[in-house]
Amino acid sequence: MEAFAEAAGLVFNFETLATIFLAAVFGMLVGAIPGLTATMATALLVPITFYMPPIPAIAAIISCTAMAITAGDLPGALLRIPGTPASAAYVEDSYRLAQKGKAGLAIGISVMSSSLGGLFGFLFLLFTAPILAKAALGFSSFEYFWLALLGLSCAALISSGGMIKGALALMIGLFIAQIGLDPLTATPRFTFGVVELMGGISFIPVMIGMFAVAEIMRSGRRAIADVPQIKLSNPFGGTLSTIWKYRKNQVRGSVIGALLGALPGVGGDLAAWITYALAKRTSKTPEKFGTGHPEGLVEAGATNNAALSAAWIPAMVFGIPGDAVTAIAVGVLVMKGMDPGPTLMTLNPQNFYAVMIVFAIANVLMLPLGWVAAKSARWIFEVPRALLNAAVLLFCIVGSYSINNSMFGVMLMLGAGLLAFVLESRMIAIAPIILGIVLGPLVETNFTTSMMIADGSMLGFFSRPIAAGLGFATMLIWGFTIVHALRGFFGENRSELVPKTEE
Amino acid sequence: MTFLKTIAGAVALTVLAAAPAFAQYPDRAINLIVPWGAGGGTDATGRIIATLLEKELGQPINVINRTGGGGIVGHTEISYAEPDGYTLGVITTELSMYHWTGVSPLSFADYEPLALFNADPEAVFVRADGPDIMELLAEVKANPGSIKASGANLGGMAHLGWAGVLVTNDIAPDAAPWVPSEGSAASLQLLASGAISVVATTLPDARPMVDAGEVKPLIVAATERVASAPDVPTAEEALGNKWSAYAWRGIAAPKSLPDDVKMVLTDALNKVVTSDEFVEFMKQRNFGIDYRDAAGFEAFMTDADASIGKALQAVGLAK
Repeated sequence: MEAFAEAAGLVFNFETLATIFLAAVFGMLVGAIPGLTATMATALLVPITFYMPPIPAIAAIISCTAMAITAGDLPGALLRIPGTPASAAYVEDSYRLAQKGKAGLAIGISVMSSSLGGLFGFLFLLFTAPILAKAALGFSSFEYFWLALLGLSCAALISSGGMIKGALALMIGLFIAQIGLDPLTATPRFTFGVVELMGGISFIPVMIGMFAVAEIMRSGRRAIADVPQIKLSNPFGGTLSTIWKYRKNQVRGSVIGALLGALPGVGGDLAAWITYALAKRTSKTPEKFGTGHPEGLVEAGATNNAALSAAWIPAMVFGIPGDAVTAIAVGVLVMKGMDPGPTLMTLNPQNFYAVMIVFAIANVLMLPLGWVAAKSARWIFEVPRALLNAAVLLFCIVGSYSINNSMFGVMLMLGAGLLAFVLESRMIAIAPIILGIVLGPLVETNFTTSMMIADGSMLGFFSRPIAAGLGFATMLIWGFTIVHALRGFFGENRSELVPKTEE
Repeated sequence: MTFLKTIAGAVALTVLAAAPAFAQYPDRAINLIVPWGAGGGTDATGRIIATLLEKELGQPINVINRTGGGGIVGHTEISYAEPDGYTLGVITTELSMYHWTGVSPLSFADYEPLALFNADPEAVFVRADGPDIMELLAEVKANPGSIKASGANLGGMAHLGWAGVLVTNDIAPDAAPWVPSEGSAASLQLLASGAISVVATTLPDARPMVDAGEVKPLIVAATERVASAPDVPTAEEALGNKWSAYAWRGIAAPKSLPDDVKMVLTDALNKVVTSDEFVEFMKQRNFGIDYRDAAGFEAFMTDADASIGKALQAVGLAK
């Protein structure tokens, strides 16, 4: 407790609080610009942290990251440009909600469920960090393979156009993930000797293209102002009651997010997809998903930030960062003499607790900043769509260019937009394509790694207790889904065929 | 008089011709290409150098992460850039390997080396309750194929570091097969979870796991013990056979950089790499400093290229 009081002293001083606030505003601005990512915001901040004392430096990184990721939901709701691969899972719902004139509610739900989820993740982290970190270390490529496969199965479940079309879209995503040097032996695949393709297809340009450019092509030259927004003095109006209505989703999303987020490398991207699918599966009104329904939005939003907090567990306890952002943060920790490792908690517990407190502050700060953003975002709908489209396209180009600083990203974005336009006109959902691109490499890498370790024996996937459990669970879900689909298929055919033969 | 005039004229001309070059370079922002992703060791060291070099040269330095293709994309971009001093890059160990493994014709000869600033030796790790190095190698000999090792990609420096330990002790490299991974973090996770038995990586990369009591270092493939881990014996001390494998990073420009520009850059880099701020940064991040000037860096890469080629041939990865 003494350490906790000391930690509070480290955080609650003008310098640290001002840093947290400024970094949060910065993260909010970068995150809200379509196509610019949290990774970019954090990387830009690093050289500045060189000149700061340790606690403010870490605080800046944490609050900037948390805010940038949440702010990524703004262009998602307003312009259908998801900020992260995780937010691609629920972008359709938040965008449709805004199109119904409820942009304030869409942003409000995103921000508030994120904030609550993040706070839950923080509490979780506070009490279970060492145990959870130890448990996460027990996961090898065998367990990861099953988890990634489980994530892929979500595509068929969440797809709005039906299971077959969802699976088809997933296959397209998996194919796109194949392009480039294969992750383990570096053999070029579908690259045709083009150096740019060797790096693989990065998902950000594809994601921007598929969601935003396709939407621009659809809404085209509409010269009238967009959807009139419901005027409210409080843009978050109705948010609390909506979240209370779906409180079960909020809690479940946070728990699953915190658990999966602790697994380095898979957690963050995977968790929101799984809980969105779960929300749809257990919903009383699954047909409303993807049409601007808040239920999935609440659950996946909560998951997203709970996973984000939990991703710091393996990073801080074992120095194993799960993604680019935590990798940057680990670098800053080390540089400030706070080497990640169990000693971080035993030698300098006040530093560890200070980091925890910063988490809490950043997640609370999300609410007022999100409110201001939602309030000022309304003008977007007062601009004629045709004019707005020009600006959106500009952001899309900047965003895809900035991924690798090359025109190749821009070409990729345009190509992906065209593909998505055609697919969506045929009622094929595009979210599973994004899922395929994100999870394809995970499934593949963990499969080949496991095969090498097990000397090519498939039994290896069932030789470890957790892997075996996950494996059976996955196969059970698949079995049920296939039996269900077959029954539906034959049932339908019979009823259709019988009258035909009679004619 | 005429003679003096001519001399004065010649001097004036020389000064006039030379002055703009000195006065002008650098007169605008410089791009520093980093062929690896934001957040990694190459990115972190590249960014601190950029920050310090900015102060030295008085012009902004933009760090650009050009990732992909195991560093090939970024390395290619650096070598293709205009050699005017406004595009520089961080080049890394992998550059010594591309042309041997046949993935790209790029080699150190395509660059104008400016300064080497970092080199870290590979070390061999097992789980904390694992065997010592003698027992480990005995097990590899007794049951070829049963011990799996990992650390990074196939044919990378970590792989060579481990294969070299086997080869120098008369063990076939495939007796303890290499499981490629995305990097040391993924490999350490495999080791801790009990899926594999050995990880080869640098000491700073594995440090948190060593401190956590999850894994322990057995030997380091270096010419002498590392200051930050004085208890870890070198390969030669533990096994009696010389073997060293270093992962390195340096700053380079595209080939045929003008001499005057090169002078400005090498002088500035000399100040940056030997500055207190840089030394302190590298110490805090546990990176080893190995500073060599342009000529020294070129000689270093020539040696590294040859020895890595030999090692790649020994493990059967060279084309």
